[in-house]
Amino acid sequence: MPSAVVIRRVIKPALFLLCALPLLSLVVAGFGIGGATLGANPVEKIQDTFGQWGLRFLVITLAVTPIRDWLNLPWLVQLRRMLGLYAFFYVLMHFLTWLILDQGLYWSGILQDIGKRPFITIGFAALLCLVPLAVTSTNKMMRRLGKRWKSLHRLIYVICLLAVWHYYWQVKADIREPLIYLAIVLVLLGWRAWKARPRRARASAGAVAGAGEG
Amino acid sequence: MLIRRPRPGDSAAIRPSEITSESVYLNRRKLLQAALAAGVAGIGTGWVSEAGAVADLKVQRNPKYSLSDAPNSYEDITTYNNFYEFGLDKGAPAANSSRFKPAPWTVSVQGEAEKTGTFALEDILKGHAIEERVYRLRCVEAWSMVIPWAGVPLADVLKQFKPTSKAKYVAFKTVLRPEEMPGQRSGVLDWPYVEGLRIDEAMHPLSLLAVGLYGKTLPNQNGAPLRLITPWKYGFKGIKSIVEIRFTEKQPPSTWNISAPHEYGFYANVNPKVDHPRWSQARERKIGAGLFGSRVPTLMFNGYEKEVASLYQGMDLKKFY
Repeated sequence: MPSAVVIRRVIKPALFLLCALPLLSLVVAGFGIGGATLGANPVEKIQDTFGQWGLRFLVITLAVTPIRDWLNLPWLVQLRRMLGLYAFFYVLMHFLTWLILDQGLYWSGILQDIGKRPFITIGFAALLCLVPLAVTSTNKMMRRLGKRWKSLHRLIYVICLLAVWHYYWQVKADIREPLIYLAIVLVLLGWRAWKARPRRARASAGAVAGAGEG
Repeated sequence: MLIRRPRPGDSAAIRPSEITSESVYLNRRKLLQAALAAGVAGIGTGWVSEAGAVADLKVQRNPKYSLSDAPNSYEDITTYNNFYEFGLDKGAPAANSSRFKPAPWTVSVQGEAEKTGTFALEDILKGHAIEERVYRLRCVEAWSMVIPWAGVPLADVLKQFKPTSKAKYVAFKTVLRPEEMPGQRSGVLDWPYVEGLRIDEAMHPLSLLAVGLYGKTLPNQNGAPLRLITPWKYGFKGIKSIVEIRFTEKQPPSTWNISAPHEYGFYANVNPKVDHPRWSQARERKIGAGLFGSRVPTLMFNGYEKEVASLYQGMDLKKFY
């Protein structure tokens, strides 16, 4: 296990920069650095990139606890907050891109879309659910909420499902990619459900499937 | 190429040497065939040539059917479009179409017509002047472009096959070549792509069989060598790389309608008042307007209401979307 200093001084800063790369790639393309370009439809490109990475960071955040257990790397959980905040950041940027660049703050259309278009309603709901998680991500809030903090942050299960659903509903024909995300999310949630099952059931099932958990 | 209008004081005004002599003008058709053949030769080398190996066409703009709007750049038109046969991203057609061989090309004409059979593309186009028409293109995904197509009125082509009175519809089919079209190796849509028009829609003077854009033959990614353009309909009606034209008595199937019947109808007329079930069609993003160019209102029949509204008189366009 890396020392607390290494985690704080090396791993976390490195991860911070790594997670900022999608944003950086848009900035580079936006300024046309090195011939990079946002293409014929820059708004769509920006919106899609933010949305894609928002979903990816949600799934990565959801994967931290299982991976910690599978690989026996307890310190991984110390990176979870940063990953979760990046997920919120990219989802928020995705939303703001839609609001400002795509819709041009055309409010009647925006409100109509949020109310009338299920995939936008769902995406917006996911964003709303993320807000309390981001707000309560500080040490102070964790202490203040105590046990309730954990229950509150289980909202990410719902958020991940909403996000995949939002993606699934907006693709035109090729649903393979949303289904891959769905499969990953279901594995990560299924593993949690398996672990959280009542003890008696665990004892009886343990003989059959216990090895699978190892 | 775009026809550049010289401005007063423009040093690049037309020189006498640039004016087409009458003999050359009368030879246009021969030149056109030569240009098509040259395009054939250029693209015919297949995978060694780059995507978008195109030849110049002799075109004359038809001002009656051309917008005065500035067209999108050649770059935008040829790098951002849907052609699922080459992949799902809008950059995929340009990236994955270089192996496609649009020559030699034949079109099979079938069904309710006196003259049916398989015809070489050159023979189908023989005797028709290639017009340039600057049309709006509105994608069902709510983005739009302005494109200078080069082509022949569809009606002129269809009439030469002498459709019978039973020909109520015209069906089109795209080539099926999974070895050259990687998208056809996936099951995303039912291949080959098929589309259709009512005969009066097909015979409408706006309907165009395009063989080029920006005064050049069509690049592979835009539907080489022959595609349909119906500017008052959503872009997916504009079937590409056509190998079959069939006159039918019954309404023919269309690929997107088969894929998602409640989202994509047979008519697919641009209509800001009839939304796609998942998104609004009221406004559109103009490609090329940049990062801060906000959406603009979509026009009924994509701005061609005056020309085509009569085709749909008395029809419930919410039902026949």
